[in-house]
Amino acid sequence: MTRLAGFVLRRAAGALITLFAISVIVYVVFYVTPGNVAQITCGPRCSPAQVHQVAEQLHLHDPLYERYWHFLQGLVVGQDYSTGTSVEHCPAPCLGLSYQSDQQVTRLILTKLPVSLSLVFGAMVLWLVLGVGTGVLSAWRRGRLTERLLTGITLAGVATPVFVIGLVLMIVVCGELELLPFPQYVAFTDDPEQWAWNLLLPWFSLALIEAAAFARLTRAAMLETLAEDHIRTFRAYGVGERSVIGRHALRGAFAPVIALNANNFGGAVGGAVLTETLFGLPGIGQELVHAVNVVDLPVVVGMVLVIGFFVVIANAVADVLYAVADRRVVLT
Amino acid sequence: MSEALVATQAAGTGPALPAASGARQFWRRLWTQRAALVAAAVVALLVLLALAAPLLTAIEGQDPTTYHPSLVDSARGGVPVGPFGGVSGDHWLGVEPQTGRDLFARLVYGARVSLGVALTATAVQVLIGVVVGVAAALGSQWVDQVLSRLTDIIVALPLMIMALALLAIVPSNFPRPLLVALVIGLVAWGNIAKITRAQTLTLKGLDYVSAARLSGWSTWRIARRELLPGLAAPVITYAALLVPINITVEAALSFLGVGVKPPTPSWGQMLTAADVWYQAAPQYLLLPAGALFVTVLALTVLGDGVRTALDPRAASRLRVGTGRRQEAKATAPVATEGAS
Repeated sequence: MTRLAGFVLRRAAGALITLFAISVIVYVVFYVTPGNVAQITCGPRCSPAQVHQVAEQLHLHDPLYERYWHFLQGLVVGQDYSTGTSVEHCPAPCLGLSYQSDQQVTRLILTKLPVSLSLVFGAMVLWLVLGVGTGVLSAWRRGRLTERLLTGITLAGVATPVFVIGLVLMIVVCGELELLPFPQYVAFTDDPEQWAWNLLLPWFSLALIEAAAFARLTRAAMLETLAEDHIRTFRAYGVGERSVIGRHALRGAFAPVIALNANNFGGAVGGAVLTETLFGLPGIGQELVHAVNVVDLPVVVGMVLVIGFFVVIANAVADVLYAVADRRVVLT
Repeated sequence: MSEALVATQAAGTGPALPAASGARQFWRRLWTQRAALVAAAVVALLVLLALAAPLLTAIEGQDPTTYHPSLVDSARGGVPVGPFGGVSGDHWLGVEPQTGRDLFARLVYGARVSLGVALTATAVQVLIGVVVGVAAALGSQWVDQVLSRLTDIIVALPLMIMALALLAIVPSNFPRPLLVALVIGLVAWGNIAKITRAQTLTLKGLDYVSAARLSGWSTWRIARRELLPGLAAPVITYAALLVPINITVEAALSFLGVGVKPPTPSWGQMLTAADVWYQAAPQYLLLPAGALFVTVLALTVLGDGVRTALDPRAASRLRVGTGRRQEAKATAPVATEGAS
């Protein structure tokens, strides 16, 4: 147990280092782009005086490491921006100012985050239940019609891009059958029922694709475990098929499922960008696409860092779970 | 000598054997799977279609970029004139709403973009991923730490997000499809590296590798002779799975308007405006969506077939088994080398 505690601590420290490294890489990649960074950041309609002010605020005349230091300072303790006449305080974690939308990036992201979290975590519950359930069922019903059907469906799921399935679902469910209205985001705190009702289609669009990957993995991992000697021993001892599948073979699928969930989390976030854009949900994905289109650098950098933060945390948690689930993993 | 014998016997029962027993057996195992064969045929057809795009459009007498304003009804918002979205002898699959560009030409030229971008990106991913993964698993703890952190970062920066962000700031004078392929390749090798590292760690702990280590083999030799054969299966399997993923990502980026830019046709790009036209010109939505679906499906099924052909435990399900003679042949050269 103490070894596990040590492992958790080391993994947390590792996650911190990763986050730090990500901030360095992202900062360097995006703020050392060719071209006039102050002009790009400020936007195409800025006057030379405004561009000059932006250059001052971003410390563009200082060497790179000092510029990054200021950025990091903003992240950890907050920062004050002089706007000429007054001073604007940007509390930690300060991701800078979006000059094009005239907002603090952190505040902008915080207003969009609930939408994206609702979408991704709701869909995650759905894809884990659907995916693992389907995988178990098709491993259990191996060789029968059920398995063939499920394998066909999951294959189709894997082969369909999220925006295609979203497009088709929207056209069929909202446009033709009129079973659901076209999704419009309602905050959970305003009306939980409407929140779920409106997110139903986006959840399914995002989850069906992911679920297919989990179904395939679960099935493969279970079949692999079922072929192993210890399962043969269990069967020889007369352990029931239900117990063999549900307890012993499923255990073999735990670790890969956890790993895949962490690995696919980033992919799901990418899928969320498409889902939000398609359904017009005002989340950080839609905002990112907008920021990319108008080249709003502080927002793009802020978004990438926030998304990176969530994925790193997800990966660290998965690593710990992985170690707990699979005792054979060497804790390093 | 006895140590070497133990080593080879251990190697003979390890998972490295079937992969080491040759490409011939791999093809024979692939050959026995009907679904994979059909998929391979579809993929071959798609590749042929992509390669022959200029020829096919020349036969049709169209090209993917010419506007045909006379073929769309501007009074009705640009709906194609004629039945089935403007299908005719001149335009086999109809024309695009609003612009009147030939859909067949855009579809087959789109196949070039899709397959070209995906394959290039996959090659970049596999190359970087395997090198980093093996180095992390076999290197010192320090090397492992650095490379694993780097891999974590690459994995943590989601492909779609990074590609989206990067494609906004890259120079626009670079050939766009190649740029998209490089960006996808450079930001998405993390999973291959992780899989390679994990598999290498697992193999490293197996008896036959320990035996090889005990008999004094160098790290490089163990990596090459004992680990790479065991790695080939998961890496090829995952790479085969990456190709359809890369196709999807390219389509998604183009769908969002940051991937392949017009006038170069891309399936994802064609879908951007398709939802508005689904009633007036359904094939404008169905053709690129169907093309994506069939391509990704065929590549996925082929990937599955490749995995089954590479998986020693799946061999018993196929008609081609591992005969004792083949087993003996496969271990024989290892035995002599182990003894030397």
